[in-house]
Amino acid sequence: MTTGNCYILKFDSKQEIALETKQLKIFYDEYEAISAADLQIPRFKITALIGASGSGKSTFLRSLNRMNDGIASVQGQIWYRDLDLNSREIDVYAMRRQIGMVFQRPNPFPKSIYENITFALERHGITDKKELDERVETALRQAALWDEVKDKLNKSALALSGGQAQRLCIARAIALKPDILLLDEPASALDPISTAQLEETLINLKQQYTIVIVTHNLPQAARISDYTAHFSQGVVVEFNGTTETFTQPKIALTNEYVSGDFG
Amino acid sequence: MDKIRASILTPSRSSKLERRGKWLSLLCLGSICIVVIAIFGFITYRGLATFTTDHVSLSKFLTGTDWNPSVSKSGAPLVGALPMIAGSFLITILATALAIPFAIGTALMMTDVTPKTGTRILQPVLELLVGIPSVVYGFVGLTVVVPAMRNIFGGSGFGILSGTFVLFVMVLPTITSMTVDALTSVPKSFRYASLALGATRWQTIYKVVLRSATPGILTAIVFGMARAFGEALAVQMVVGNATLMPYSLVAPASTLTSVLTTGIGNTVMGTAQNDALWSLALILLIMSLTFNLAIHLIANRGSLKR
Amino acid sequence: MNAKKIDKFATGILYTIAGIVVLILIMLLGFIILRGVPQLSWSFLTSPSNAFSAGGGIGIQLFNSLYLLILTMLISLPIALGASIYLNEYAKPGMITNTVRTMIEILSSLPSVVVGLFGFLLFVVQFKLSFSIVSGALALTVFNLPLLTRSIEEALKAISNDQRNGGLALGISKWETVTKIILPAAVPSIVSGLILSAGRVFGEAAALIYTAGQSAPALNFGNWNPFDIDSPLNPMRPAETLAVHIWKINSEGIMPDAAAVSAGSAAVLIIVVLLFNLSARWLGRTLYRHLTAS
Repeated sequence: MTTGNCYILKFDSKQEIALETKQLKIFYDEYEAISAADLQIPRFKITALIGASGSGKSTFLRSLNRMNDGIASVQGQIWYRDLDLNSREIDVYAMRRQIGMVFQRPNPFPKSIYENITFALERHGITDKKELDERVETALRQAALWDEVKDKLNKSALALSGGQAQRLCIARAIALKPDILLLDEPASALDPISTAQLEETLINLKQQYTIVIVTHNLPQAARISDYTAHFSQGVVVEFNGTTETFTQPKIALTNEYVSGDFG
Repeated sequence: MDKIRASILTPSRSSKLERRGKWLSLLCLGSICIVVIAIFGFITYRGLATFTTDHVSLSKFLTGTDWNPSVSKSGAPLVGALPMIAGSFLITILATALAIPFAIGTALMMTDVTPKTGTRILQPVLELLVGIPSVVYGFVGLTVVVPAMRNIFGGSGFGILSGTFVLFVMVLPTITSMTVDALTSVPKSFRYASLALGATRWQTIYKVVLRSATPGILTAIVFGMARAFGEALAVQMVVGNATLMPYSLVAPASTLTSVLTTGIGNTVMGTAQNDALWSLALILLIMSLTFNLAIHLIANRGSLKR
Repeated sequence: MNAKKIDKFATGILYTIAGIVVLILIMLLGFIILRGVPQLSWSFLTSPSNAFSAGGGIGIQLFNSLYLLILTMLISLPIALGASIYLNEYAKPGMITNTVRTMIEILSSLPSVVVGLFGFLLFVVQFKLSFSIVSGALALTVFNLPLLTRSIEEALKAISNDQRNGGLALGISKWETVTKIILPAAVPSIVSGLILSAGRVFGEAAALIYTAGQSAPALNFGNWNPFDIDSPLNPMRPAETLAVHIWKINSEGIMPDAAAVSAGSAAVLIIVVLLFNLSARWLGRTLYRHLTAS
């Protein structure tokens, strides 16, 4: 353990990188929410972003698929497939199809379960009924929701329980077959049983998707993630394998945070 | 894999839709703004003709008491608008003054005295009063209020007083429901604190609730005045439409709106008689702006205090 | 002791005041219903009016009112929808937005007679549309737009931002998120606002006397070709509405049974407005339940 400022893991060429930020700075008016973050997000892994409230981890996550457009000003680069996502020539709608997001509170649309999933598909030009049916079933299976809802696909999604609704939101995102799934504290509004189901779902999903998850729940980060980034006051102070971060943190701040001495 | 990269670099259907939708909705909003500007433009242009084309002096227009646009005197038509201006102000002030105690009392019933039953009964009452069209108020005024005035005060029964009673009922729901909003925005804790100090309910209402709600109540009153000032048909039906100075409350008089509703159809566009009417409309427009300004000023001062 | 007495006294006064307000409404409604309802009959509601003799009906005026209402709503709803979407979803806070909001506020507080006069200048005189249904519908649109825009904006504002984020995060444009998700979710309150504004439009007269005109030429209810002069659907014909009719016969005083016809017309107006009020509530609630039920 050192008392140095930061420790950021850099991957060697064996690990594919899905997304990489370079000198990413985020401002709300004058206030700097994130200062110069350099982070590599490994492909087909779960990366957890942890840190105290207000540390900037959610702001960071929301900037990755430009959900902060018009809310915060983002400087620096976000590299994805040799493209800087934080530049003008990017079509944000096509980009978000590849980099989906699920939020803290489940937000199913006031439509049927089936339409919740097909709505975005149709907007992106998939209108073939057979393909839609197939995608709905696959997505719901992957989100571990199929067995619970297969008989009521035409019922309103608003009648689902919190855990089911959240898994529907995940299904709706993965039905688009994205590259990357960004999750902003997806389990914080759920009960323990739903949380466990959700975690299992995520672990299964990482074979096909790169997942970045913001969580307040440290045991959750430890259980499901492969890599963990610790944010503190707008700075990524440590990024390393999850086991290393939790058992032998290299930075004192992280040690305090993961051992519970922090605030 | 290159396909994905290419898709992100070419404008998608969504981004086209987004641009189109944004423009379309901006167009709708813009058209409303154009209408507002056009209203001011047209009526100002028409309303100024009295002073530019017909050479009436502004002071004579505002202070003259003889309204006889078809008669010319020393090169300018005889258009003294003071009778109508006075009539409008008189009727507005009287009706609002009469409505204020009723409005505040009714509002207090709904917020402090018997919030549950009060609201359950009075809310629909207010909504119904707002919903009744102004010609119906005019008709009832004509068949009930005017004869009553005739019986009590003699004369024709038409006049400022009849108009006052009709407008009183019309502005009452406006002032009341806005006063209710003002009263409910006073925090409950203020009331509890006062009651806990041993104050009676009335003392609490009078010294705490009404006082902290004053800016809101003032706004409500100005709104009521604006409605009273602009009301046309109901007033026109009971006020008597005599373009004379309102020296008596029970003698026929007129207001800006009443002269406008009866006059525009009987004059030819472009004549001095017609121009004079548009000048009255301009006064109406300016007053409407003034009431708006007053509301903004009250709101700003109220928010500064907080 | 003294304070308690004052308290009791004040409470008594407040009760009296509220009682008087309720009494005023009861007397108003009672008067109109008692005077008006006996006039109502099928022939009164359907036959044309007589200008100089007794026994006329209000059929044409009633039709005109409804036709104008529908036209007005058809014109004003899309504009109000667009404007409120821009205001609530796109407009960035700042000087320009504030100015625009103030302009809409000013428009909503303009006396309706001023709106009518403007309509007369622009539509009747400038655009040469003469006294006609079109002129009237356009004037009523001006009268209706600010309030409708505000009520739709409120309805949109009430829908949680979570829904907007949900749409955006799936790569859907804001426009489609709003029109396909937010708007449908706001339909119950939009419908309530729409019906309430319909009540206002239905009873409006001052904006119409110099736009839609004060005459009700005979109509041939067998001819629905909108281009024929005697067709009820012809938008270029002058059209006195029910509210204007009440005003006209009372200010002219030629019709011998003006009081009876006015009472009947007033009763019809009130009943329609009441129906609008009730249905706004009922429909809003039903739609809301329909939308949220499983």
